[in-house]
Amino acid sequence: MNAPSTQRASGDAALPGNSGLTARARRARAARRTATGWHFLGLLVVFLSSVFPFYWMVTTSLKSQAEALAYPPVWLFKPTFAHYVEALFTHEVGGSLINSLIIASSTTVLSILLGTPAAYALARYEFRGKEDLWFWFISNRMVSPVVLAVPFFLIATRLDIVDTHIVLILLYITFSLPIVIWICTDQFRNIPVELDEAARLDGASPWRIFWRINLPLAMPGIVVSAIFAFIFSWNDLLYALVLTRTDAITSPVAATSYMSGYELPWGEIMATGTLIVLPMVVFALLVSGRLVQGLTMGAVK
Amino acid sequence: MLNSTARPGNGMTPARPRSRVRLPGSAAFWFLIPAIFTLAAIGIYPLLLALYNSFHQYKLADLASGTPFIWFDNYIATLSDPSFWGALGRTALFLCVTLPIEVALGLFAALMLHRTTLPWMRAIARVSLVIPMATTYAVVGLIGRLIFNRQFGVANYIGGLVGMPPQDWLADPTLAFVSVMIMDIWQWTPFCALILLAGLTMVPKEAEEAARLETPRWSKILWHLQRPYLLPGLTAILILRSADMLKMFDAVFTMTRGGPGTATEFISVYIQRVGFRLFDQGMASAQAILLLILTIVLSRLYIRFVYREAA
Repeated sequence: MNAPSTQRASGDAALPGNSGLTARARRARAARRTATGWHFLGLLVVFLSSVFPFYWMVTTSLKSQAEALAYPPVWLFKPTFAHYVEALFTHEVGGSLINSLIIASSTTVLSILLGTPAAYALARYEFRGKEDLWFWFISNRMVSPVVLAVPFFLIATRLDIVDTHIVLILLYITFSLPIVIWICTDQFRNIPVELDEAARLDGASPWRIFWRINLPLAMPGIVVSAIFAFIFSWNDLLYALVLTRTDAITSPVAATSYMSGYELPWGEIMATGTLIVLPMVVFALLVSGRLVQGLTMGAVK
Repeated sequence: MLNSTARPGNGMTPARPRSRVRLPGSAAFWFLIPAIFTLAAIGIYPLLLALYNSFHQYKLADLASGTPFIWFDNYIATLSDPSFWGALGRTALFLCVTLPIEVALGLFAALMLHRTTLPWMRAIARVSLVIPMATTYAVVGLIGRLIFNRQFGVANYIGGLVGMPPQDWLADPTLAFVSVMIMDIWQWTPFCALILLAGLTMVPKEAEEAARLETPRWSKILWHLQRPYLLPGLTAILILRSADMLKMFDAVFTMTRGGPGTATEFISVYIQRVGFRLFDQGMASAQAILLLILTIVLSRLYIRFVYREAA
């Protein structure tokens, strides 16, 4: 907090030494330093406020129960991994993490398999009703999960697939497939169409042109969209809450299961939270350059 | 990793020239059909079922009395139910208070990240914005419960530093609403910041340098030079965040479960309660359909204003 003030102070202190400069240049320089000081302070505020709740979660997960419940809060402590061991093995968060992993990766693979050909067609071909198709894909991104969860619960009950991986994979495709199509369409458009032309003259079939030429070149976009599909599937709570009971619970559902009783095991809860969030933060950092694109489905760029 | 985030744009650069030729549509059909079929089966069929159920009595706790066709009774009951309007009104209030704060703070962060000084500090701050956005919504709610705890919450501690008496945040209706707001602001301000930053980087460098020589006031530059570049992003934020508020469930559920009372029961939380805790599927279907109509109106607006030139 005192960094900018020291910077400003050192700026002031430097002034008498620069007597060779004109008064105006000196004033301009001082103003620049003050501005930089404020800029530093502003960036510090941005940084601290984005990081603090996350930092608080991670540190609480490493505190003993007494330290976690201390008031005023403890800032320095000896870290312990006991809560992680408890959460993973006693509370069976481990199993839910594996469920989440299976469900999110299956959703991602299926969305890529179904989505990339569609994206290619949207990027390369002209046909009637294309605009309406785009509209349909966007509206899927905007539909509230609760709208689908209500009827899907009845369908799943009738088909007897409640509390299975399959039911969640199907539901997660409703939001991850549009994302894959969206990002990959953009990617395919950037591949020179001359490549397709040349291959067609050589007698290659449309499928072969797509599979052997375009797909490998579109890999960067495919990877990005896969990461988004994975993150969104991993993060869902509502569908999993409604459609799983015990066997197929995902980790966000496991995290909410602590919420009964009086003495809440905060260390364990936060350890679970960290286990859920940390991999996603790493993934999101990998695609941070296109995070906005993923969240707006390519609208703002 | 750091490099890719520090690069201005990367997916946010101005639209590249797009090459597209006219090809016969027959192959397109086979490329598209698996995706269309899948989305129709899992996206549209359930909606049709919801539409069907919304015209029937469908109480899971009382299936013995059957599922008779009851015309618009579910819709009439919903539209004359004060708790439905209460949830919708609460959602609107939340949107009206939270969104301006998120945009204002996001603009502040974007302007800070757009300045030319302190490059590596800017890179770190920019990377840090990813953390709130990537945090699982349900965990955001759990962190909220920890921070706003009555006994040992760090919110009371920080409030105490500036002379605020300790509060029982999550037990008081107004304060619970504010707590949920603060967590939402934490999670979504970075999103606004990055969208607005993308707008700022579109301003031609020469024009900006010229303006800086002209006037030292950032507010003048913002209003006269940067504003038009920010408007498309702002429209996107407005519509996307409105749709997100209609969807908001996870963080509220883990943080307050809609309580105390119904103080933080937003529309998705309310419908979930009707469908899965009161087990009235007919009523919940009608409400879901009404919510869907609202969403379709919103996404039409989104297309109209944001995608004008796309597709």
